Amino acid sequence: MFERPAFKTLVLGVGNKLMSDEGVGVHVIERLAEKFKLPEEVQVLDGGTLGLDLLYYLEGIENLLLVDAADTGKEAGTMIRLQDEQVPAFMSIKISPHQIGVPDMLAAAKMKDLYPKRLVLWGIQPDLITLGLDLSPVLASKVEILADKLADELRSWGHEILPVA
Amino acid sequence: MRAVENALGIQVPNNARILRNIIEGIQYVQDHAIHFYHLHALDWVDVVSALDADPAKTSALAQSISDWPKSSEDYFKIVKDKLAGFVNSGQLGPFANAYWGHPAYKLPPEANLMAVAHYLEALDWQRDVIRAHALLGAKNPHLQTYLVGGMATPIDPSSQWAINADTIAQIQGMFARAKEFVDKVYLPDVLAVAPFYLDWAAIGGGAGNFLSYGDFPEADGTQWLPQGYILGKDLSKVYPLDQQKDITEYVTHSWFEYADETKGLNPWDGVTKPNFTGPQPPFKFLETDQKYTWMKAPRIRDHAMEVGPLARMLVAYASGHKVVQDTVNLVLKKLGAGPEALFSTLGRTAARCIETVVVADKLAEWTNELIASIKGGDTKIHAGSEMWNPDNWPAEAKGWGFTEAPRGALGHWVHIKDKKIANYQAVVPSTWNCSPRDAKGEPGPYESALIGTPIADEKMPLEVLRTIHSFDPCMACGVHLVDVNGNEINQISLDAADHFTNPLVRAR
Repeated sequence: MFERPAFKTLVLGVGNKLMSDEGVGVHVIERLAEKFKLPEEVQVLDGGTLGLDLLYYLEGIENLLLVDAADTGKEAGTMIRLQDEQVPAFMSIKISPHQIGVPDMLAAAKMKDLYPKRLVLWGIQPDLITLGLDLSPVLASKVEILADKLADELRSWGHEILPVA
Repeated sequence: MRAVENALGIQVPNNARILRNIIEGIQYVQDHAIHFYHLHALDWVDVVSALDADPAKTSALAQSISDWPKSSEDYFKIVKDKLAGFVNSGQLGPFANAYWGHPAYKLPPEANLMAVAHYLEALDWQRDVIRAHALLGAKNPHLQTYLVGGMATPIDPSSQWAINADTIAQIQGMFARAKEFVDKVYLPDVLAVAPFYLDWAAIGGGAGNFLSYGDFPEADGTQWLPQGYILGKDLSKVYPLDQQKDITEYVTHSWFEYADETKGLNPWDGVTKPNFTGPQPPFKFLETDQKYTWMKAPRIRDHAMEVGPLARMLVAYASGHKVVQDTVNLVLKKLGAGPEALFSTLGRTAARCIETVVVADKLAEWTNELIASIKGGDTKIHAGSEMWNPDNWPAEAKGWGFTEAPRGALGHWVHIKDKKIANYQAVVPSTWNCSPRDAKGEPGPYESALIGTPIADEKMPLEVLRTIHSFDPCMACGVHLVDVNGNEINQISLDAADHFTNPLVRAR
């Protein structure tokens, strides 16, 4: 019925929007798609908590830009940027398949030769992880900044990113 | 959805019934295979030992159990080299943080290498077969095509954007590939691995009470997988279920509050009032004679019940379901075991595979049913929007919606009053399986299954994980941060094992 168009770059926001700051990655990509006009070769995807099912979207892409909540041990709202091998990729023992996350997906991508040529992860330290749809005030105030950082990242990869008129 | 349909007396059209069966069926097949290869297999398969395998002998082993084409010596050599690359790339590469070399691993290196190869193949396979969900109008795992009264994606043979002949041809291809993998890889692997772990056919059984709500409604109104419950491992009798009389939930040992905590409540009268009385974290253990969990304790006539593939297969087996009986008997015969072997950790794992085999077979039949319906001119997929308008509702209505999710019996109870939800309760599969003690002190299935588990090394409780994983738990639902130090925040297995073994230690 539908064939997937060829994308060069995938912008993937991951996280669970039902768990307040855990879903920050999804909030950021939604803001990115709202604020900017993105070229056709860039796919923006709400990865939710899909885990290994996301492998399908890595097929054929060269660049992967990830945004997720990240534990840096620093104060809430602290942002970090990891590149290529700095982004953890491993599979670990878990109790439930629902715990499959980004490191597992990247490990599986390595084993299946789907690991992207270029990988950048933007992470942000969460303040509040509890049942709830809203971000904490600290993180809500950073969504705009992170969306801009993603846009800059995409520009540095040669994509033309213009603000929505 | 079914709870509201039940409350408002809505009948879904035939096509919606079939589509729901198809979507749920392929969900079973994908979910069960992923559970086996990507969660549970590493409890039995030592990845590091695979590096000692001889690819020629691995090829001979693979060809002796199945005619699956990917089984040449060269193929297994490529997999072994790839694995060696990861293991040698620093730490343990993708397979870090596990219990490799644990004495409870019993497979020879060649069986380990074969399983690793199939682990990798399952990654490709699962993303192919689950595209059936996208084609039928949904995104896994939270399907969006469902709505009260039927389905949202239209059936229209002349539209490119609806379910049409092309969609059906594509899902038929996926279902054929799904079935081939299940028959030629998943089932042979389970049959090849199980003989090395037959001691696990006597471990992890628990109390032996099993509940299935039944699911996959047929055109005549019966359920393809039947409803009922079994008590005390007695397969000679399946008890009929009367949910309103039989199902109650206790909070005696849960961080919730009832007016009278010596009694259970049917979910229609259910109360969910949190009342945390536990110690402030971090703590070492919980007092199991007090309140110790966020799970309520659901019971059938005061019996704790295991739910999931084993429960469904046993209820079907004991109800005289021919296809299930034949498949169960075939597997037991190949393992040289009797039905009592099913009441165990290994039995749970085998039952999940058996169920995958029978459902993968059934998918083609349901698809043919859909084709016949559309050919007959029926394209209706929902009951209409009349009942979406609260003005058409009765002043008061109660509904019970049940399904069998891949991991077990799932029920929702709704009480509608004055056009609003007056009460809504859900009892999910892991609540049954992970339930704490009730007012009488009877433990839930996890707790009773762990009693008597041999542990070779307390610091590496692989044996506990085997039994817990065999239930396919749903926990810590969807919280996973990236830890920049390379650790995963969810690396809680030891703490979690403590949580489960503590009641066990006290029970001794």
